[in-house]
Amino acid sequence: MLETVNRIWRSGYRDLFAQTIIYIAVAFVCVVFIWILSDLIRGGIAHISWDFLIESPRDAGRAGGIGSILVSTLLLLLVALVVALPLAWTTAILLAEYVPVTSKFGITVRYSLQVLAGVPSIVFGLFGNAFFSIYLGLGFSILSGGLTLACMLLPILVSTAEAGLRALPDSYRLSAAALGLSRSATLFQLLLPAAAPTLAAGLLLGIGRALAETAALLFTSGYVERMPGSLLDSGRALALHIFDLSMNVPGGDAPANASALVLVALLLGINIFAMKLAYGLQRKRII
Amino acid sequence: MTDRLLRWVLRIGAITSALIMLLILFFLLLESWPALQQITLTRFFTDPSWHPLEAAYNLLPMLSGTLYASIGALLLAIPLGIASALFIVYYAPPHLALLYQRLIELLAGIPSVVFGFWGLITLVPLINQLHPPGASLLAGILILTLMILPTITLTAHAALLAVPDEFQRGAVALGLSRWGVIRGVMLPAARTGIVAGIILAAGRAIGETMAVLMVTGNVVQHATSLYDPIRTLAANIALEMAYAMGDHRGVLFVSGLLLMLLVMLLSGMAATLSNKHHA
Repeated sequence: MLETVNRIWRSGYRDLFAQTIIYIAVAFVCVVFIWILSDLIRGGIAHISWDFLIESPRDAGRAGGIGSILVSTLLLLLVALVVALPLAWTTAILLAEYVPVTSKFGITVRYSLQVLAGVPSIVFGLFGNAFFSIYLGLGFSILSGGLTLACMLLPILVSTAEAGLRALPDSYRLSAAALGLSRSATLFQLLLPAAAPTLAAGLLLGIGRALAETAALLFTSGYVERMPGSLLDSGRALALHIFDLSMNVPGGDAPANASALVLVALLLGINIFAMKLAYGLQRKRII
Repeated sequence: MTDRLLRWVLRIGAITSALIMLLILFFLLLESWPALQQITLTRFFTDPSWHPLEAAYNLLPMLSGTLYASIGALLLAIPLGIASALFIVYYAPPHLALLYQRLIELLAGIPSVVFGFWGLITLVPLINQLHPPGASLLAGILILTLMILPTITLTAHAALLAVPDEFQRGAVALGLSRWGVIRGVMLPAARTGIVAGIILAAGRAIGETMAVLMVTGNVVQHATSLYDPIRTLAANIALEMAYAMGDHRGVLFVSGLLLMLLVMLLSGMAATLSNKHHA
């Protein structure tokens, strides 16, 4: 149909003008994207080696590697996910399977999460500092940083999981009920396994969001760059390491660039994998 | 039995998730309360300057910095974002459209600290050659533009796709040109969705911290030109929280509260818009 439509459309002077502008805008965005990536790769690739990935930073990060930073980042991520996932998935299951879309309770919970999704990360940092670090007495630690991250991740984890469950056809639920399965059995044996790819995609998106976070961790997990001994130790996340090296350490640009390259590579990998999961699922459903 | 147990577990999870929002608001209020009692609200606008150690708390320069940077970024990102969405929906051949959409999605996944770092090593020196000092409002605007572009593009894309097919067919049947269809029919029909996306992007621009902090120079002043360094509200919190005590700390929480209320207002507006659209 588009072909005939195209033929019918007369490409007048104004059309050509609009088209040119749009193509220029798109080319501009592409060029900038490639510019950023190539800058990061050119500046960082020479500095990256196996040793860089496993050594601890020395001399405020100018020498050595990012081994301890990666460990801290991983621990932060683990804490955040262990706390956020059960909360997010129970919320999503309740919203998608147990309460009607128009119920007051559902609307309230959804609205609260929507607002939470818009809260700037620096505000999460303030909250984490006041609540986890000071009020609960966790101090500057991986635990308080991870808990702050968990609050940040909730909205995206809930909304992806809820969408995944809602996308399952109702015939699943009806057939399960007709076979006499209890609702919990339906949920655990049928619905959750069927929605697993979307749950995984949401999980990956959440991991990406957590890895990218800096502002919320400034005053919660702290700046200390050595290998963390426990969850109550302060630990520096990879994104914060980049910030500190480029702003506070003269001569830290090369390792900062290499760390940025590592972070971007990780995130691009995670995001592409998440897209594959989500879109692969869509295609399967269409066929 | 297990069904009832499960239902309770689920309900407790959901209530906890919903309460986090209130917990955040409560703690922001709690921390800013002492400062709000000591300092009358008007002093945030009438104090001679921002010198927190000498108890002068004028937030206006930071507010103007935040607004200039956000508005500048919106002015650039709105045309670019809408053009990108039009390209994906109407102009590009299918495989190119998909590729470009992925590129925009990946752009959305680049962390703010990396944008800031790139701005610091690439944009700031470039602007410095044009007009020193380089770290400036302009650098902040350009970086913010890149960061909110994906939001605007992806929401505009979704809004354009949601316009019923008949609209396009009808307009084409009337003999409108391609641009005529887009300008006269599709864009107006998708307007609410696009505006909701722009409002969301504005919220993101206002709250953005790290990237802006790294490229704007962080001088507390009202900018008189694009090349002046500025400091935004969010950057101010990140810069001063480390050593703030007493009222100073309280004022930082007040500005955090202010940011949060602004963003809540914006996301509320976006939500009402898109709800009205669906109804």
